[in-house]
Amino acid sequence: MFLINCPYCGERDQQEFKAGGEAHIERPKQPTELSDDEWAEYLFMRKNIKGVQFERWNHAHGCRKWFNMVRDTSNDEIKAIYKMGEKPPSQ
Amino acid sequence: MFSMKSKYSVFSIIKNAFSYHENWGKAWKDPTPKKEYDAVIVGGGGHGLATAYYLAKKHKMNNIAVVEKGWIGGGNTGRNTTIIRSNYLWDASAGLYDHALKIWEGLSQELNYNVMFSQRGVMNLAHNLQDVRDLKRRTHANRLNGIDAVYLSTEEVKKFCPIINTSPDIRYPVLGGTLQRRAGTARHDAVAWGYARGADAMGVDIIQNCEVKGIKRNGNSVEGIETTKGFIKTKKVGVVAAGHSSVIANMAGLRLPLESKPLQALVSEPVKPIIDTVVMSNAVHAYVSQSDKGELVIGAGTDDYVSYTQKGSHQIVEGTLNAILELYPIFSRMRMLRQWGGIVDICPDASPILSKTSIKGLYFNCGWGTGGFKATPGSGDLFAHTIANDEPHKLNAAFNLNRFVSGDLVDEHGAAAVAH
Repeated sequence: MFLINCPYCGERDQQEFKAGGEAHIERPKQPTELSDDEWAEYLFMRKNIKGVQFERWNHAHGCRKWFNMVRDTSNDEIKAIYKMGEKPPSQ
Repeated sequence: MFSMKSKYSVFSIIKNAFSYHENWGKAWKDPTPKKEYDAVIVGGGGHGLATAYYLAKKHKMNNIAVVEKGWIGGGNTGRNTTIIRSNYLWDASAGLYDHALKIWEGLSQELNYNVMFSQRGVMNLAHNLQDVRDLKRRTHANRLNGIDAVYLSTEEVKKFCPIINTSPDIRYPVLGGTLQRRAGTARHDAVAWGYARGADAMGVDIIQNCEVKGIKRNGNSVEGIETTKGFIKTKKVGVVAAGHSSVIANMAGLRLPLESKPLQALVSEPVKPIIDTVVMSNAVHAYVSQSDKGELVIGAGTDDYVSYTQKGSHQIVEGTLNAILELYPIFSRMRMLRQWGGIVDICPDASPILSKTSIKGLYFNCGWGTGGFKATPGSGDLFAHTIANDEPHKLNAAFNLNRFVSGDLVDEHGAAAVAH
C-alpha cells in the first residue's frame, strides 16, 4: 500500500488505482504476419522485474485516466510518473 | 533409507527422554557445496526439496544439491494457508493435483515424519447462480475423473459447518457448495523438514544461505550456476523459485509468462475448536480453517500490481475480513494475531509450469500462483521425473511452457479459488 501522485489529480491512495501491468509493450503493427512464437511473446511473456520496472496504471476510482509509472518492485518505491505518450525517463 | 539410529519412533522418543532430549541427531547436515553435482535444484521450499527427494529416491540421482538463498521452507512454504485438495476442473489438472493428494495420503509414513495431514474436508461455497452452475459442473467433472466431490444444498452446508450464516438476507447468501472429503490441511513446515531430512539421508546436499547469481551456459546448454558460495558445476538445473522464478529466468535470458504479486494471509488468536473443516468462498473472497493450535487461518487475495515486498495492501485484508464476518458472525470479536505476505508467481491460465526450456539442462517448476502447497508431493515427483529423463511425465506433459505458444492453455481460474 502506497500513495500515487496521479498526473491529473495529485496524490491519492493506491487503493483508487488499478495496475495495468508492464508498460511499452508495442501492439504488433502487422498482426497477420506474426508467428505463434511472436504472439506468445506479445500476449503472455513478461519481464516481471525485481527492481525498477516500467508500468501502466489507471486511476480507476478517480479521473479514470491511464498513465505510466517507474517503480521499484523490490520496495514499492515510485521513481517517476509520466503521462501516456510521453517518453519514459532514462534510468 | 534411515538408519535405525535416526528413525523416529516411540522407542527413539523414550530413549532420548533419558538424556532430556538433548542428544537428538541433526535432521539434515549443513554441507559446503561440492565443485560439481549431477543436478542442482534452485529453491529449498517444499517443491524443491520434494524434487530432490524423488530424484534421489526414484531416479537414484544422489549426487545432487538443493541451494536456497535463505533458510529451507522460509518462503511460500511457510506462508501459505496449508489447504490441500484436488477438485480442479480440467482432466490435466485433475491428474496433476490428485496425483499429489494420493501421495499426501501416505506421506507421513513414507517420510517417517509427521506432516499432520488431516483429511477434514474442503467445502467451496456458491453465492450466486453462476457459482451454482460452475460448482455443479466442476463436481461432475471431478467425479468423471475419479475425484470425490459432492454438491451440497444450503441446508447441507449448514449441517456440515453449523457456524456459517446461511440466512437468505445477507448480501451474498450461501446458495450451496461442494465438498471434497479427502481434502484437508497439513503442517506446512513439517513438509519442508520431512522432505529435507529424507533427501539428506539419501546423500542430497541441502545448502542454505546460498543465493544464485547467474546461470552459466555453453552455447545452448547449462554448465553451472554462480552462487554467493561460489561456482557450482552441473549439467542440470531445476528452478523451483516460486515468486522469484522470473528473476532466475532473466539470468538465463529467458522470459516467462509470469507476474509476481503479494498474497496475504492472517491468523487469529488461538481459540477452542470451532471449525473442523476448511471453507472457501471464491465469490466473496474468504477462506478459513483452524490450525491445531487453535488459530483461525484466513487467506486473503492478491494485490493487482507486481511486487516482491512480501507485504500487501491493507484493503485486501479488510475486504476478506468483511466477508468472513458476514459469513461467520460468531467471529466478530476475534482478534487477529499476525498478518503476512508471500510472493506468488501467477500464470495467465492459473495453472503451473513444470517444463523443459529452450536451454538444454534448464528446467522450470513455477507458476503455481496462489495454490501450490497442495501439489507439493506430486510436483516434486513429476518434476524429478522431468529432470531425470529430460522428458515430462504424462501427468505434467500438459503443463509445458509451449502451451503459451500453441494456445493449449489449462484455464483453472474457477478452481484456483483465489481471484486473480
